[in-house]
Amino acid sequence: MSRRVALEASHAAAEAAKMADVDVISAYPITPQTHIPERLAEMVADGELSAAYIPVESEHSAMSACLGAAAVGARTFTATAGQGLELMHEVVYIASSMRYPVVMTVCNRALSAPLSVWGDHSDAMAVRDTGWIQVFCQNNQEAFDLTLWAFRVGEDPNVLLPVMVHLDGFTLSHVTEPVILPEQSEVDRFLPRFQYPFALNPDKPMTHGAFGPPEIYSETKLAQEVAFRNSKEVVLQGWKEFGDIFGRYYHPVEEYKTENAETLLLTMGSFTETAKIVIDAKRDKGEAIGLISLRLWRPFPFEEFRRTVKGAKILIVFDRCISFGMGGPVFSEVRSALYDEEPRPKVVGIIGGLGGRDMSEEDFEYVIDRGKEIAEKGPEKMLETVGIRG
Amino acid sequence: MADKLSWKDMEVGNIVKEAGNASFRKTGDWRTERPILDKEKCIKCALCWIYCPDAAIKPSEDGYYEADLYYCKGCGICARICPAEAITTIEEEEK
Repeated sequence: MSRRVALEASHAAAEAAKMADVDVISAYPITPQTHIPERLAEMVADGELSAAYIPVESEHSAMSACLGAAAVGARTFTATAGQGLELMHEVVYIASSMRYPVVMTVCNRALSAPLSVWGDHSDAMAVRDTGWIQVFCQNNQEAFDLTLWAFRVGEDPNVLLPVMVHLDGFTLSHVTEPVILPEQSEVDRFLPRFQYPFALNPDKPMTHGAFGPPEIYSETKLAQEVAFRNSKEVVLQGWKEFGDIFGRYYHPVEEYKTENAETLLLTMGSFTETAKIVIDAKRDKGEAIGLISLRLWRPFPFEEFRRTVKGAKILIVFDRCISFGMGGPVFSEVRSALYDEEPRPKVVGIIGGLGGRDMSEEDFEYVIDRGKEIAEKGPEKMLETVGIRG
Repeated sequence: MADKLSWKDMEVGNIVKEAGNASFRKTGDWRTERPILDKEKCIKCALCWIYCPDAAIKPSEDGYYEADLYYCKGCGICARICPAEAITTIEEEEK
């Protein structure tokens, strides 16, 4: 029997790592860390989980230790947030390029300066090009589900890529909600043991991490990109298997009331649930409006995304990050993904929810109303924002 | 050889699956200076053999130690370490 328990998203992610029976956890357990490694440290100390827990001196070391563990075929997990992910950055690239299926949850936070530990998507956007499979959670159940699913997909012999599970700092990581925890036997049925085909072994020596001279570097990167794009097939397969066992189905682009919608709002992460309330109210008033949420951020789900927005007249993209000198990163990517489509909706971008600034229902109402206005009249400002004092 | 490979030939994560394949690589063509052994001075102590960072110095049947020029990168460590000053280095251009 599954159990319904009250958990914050951090503890839900820790439960998922525990039920996945991880072999190695390495984390830097100080700010900007979350309760994920804290809870896992308790589980290991209390004997609930048999794993090597490696506390290190920085996030750079945390990810480095994870690579070493993955290289010998261990199921490997870490977690970080905000500044920690930035410090880890160099090794984040190495994980994907060396094809080590590390799973990492990131409790999304703003980046300093000014010093901020509060939530937004700046940390996630700074690692968008690192070659990790990346998904966003909307609630605590998804923090559990997607962390578990991440092992299934990353470790698949046809994938062998690291997976990053993004969940909003504080609005999810520190907030308690009911979460359904499955039976261990169901988890075991979903998630086979990790069989890394190239595990380091003294009886069969091989080299990981050799240098790549100009004669092969370009070919290597193309091979990595092809493998990364092809991983989407297993991403989808993993979600199907997950749904068939646990009853909750996930999709690269989640839709809410999109039927016959002339205007679509695009959000990512937990604020999607606030936006849904506003969509409900506007639908009640007869507005032809719907909501889409990018669940799969990398590899970018071009096909599903284009299919979903086909037929809409306006697409309003809400970003929780500024790409300085460019605008909202999700906005610019989404607009680029639609450039070759005919017909395509007018795409407008609005930025808000930075560094822990809350987004109320009224704020999302403004996003939608203002978004429609910009679509009609054309942009009037350098940057469209919500909830930022003028 | 490597410059003929397609992206489809690349190993997952660039893993090198065979051990010891560095021996295929002719590192001797990196050399700008090469070691010359004076057998009259050599005391057969084997220090050059021990110190050579590339294992490019090999014992010969008559007990001397000589550089395999297919691999020797010409670093000169053998000449520096030789207690009998039996090894000198000369420019590759010199005969």
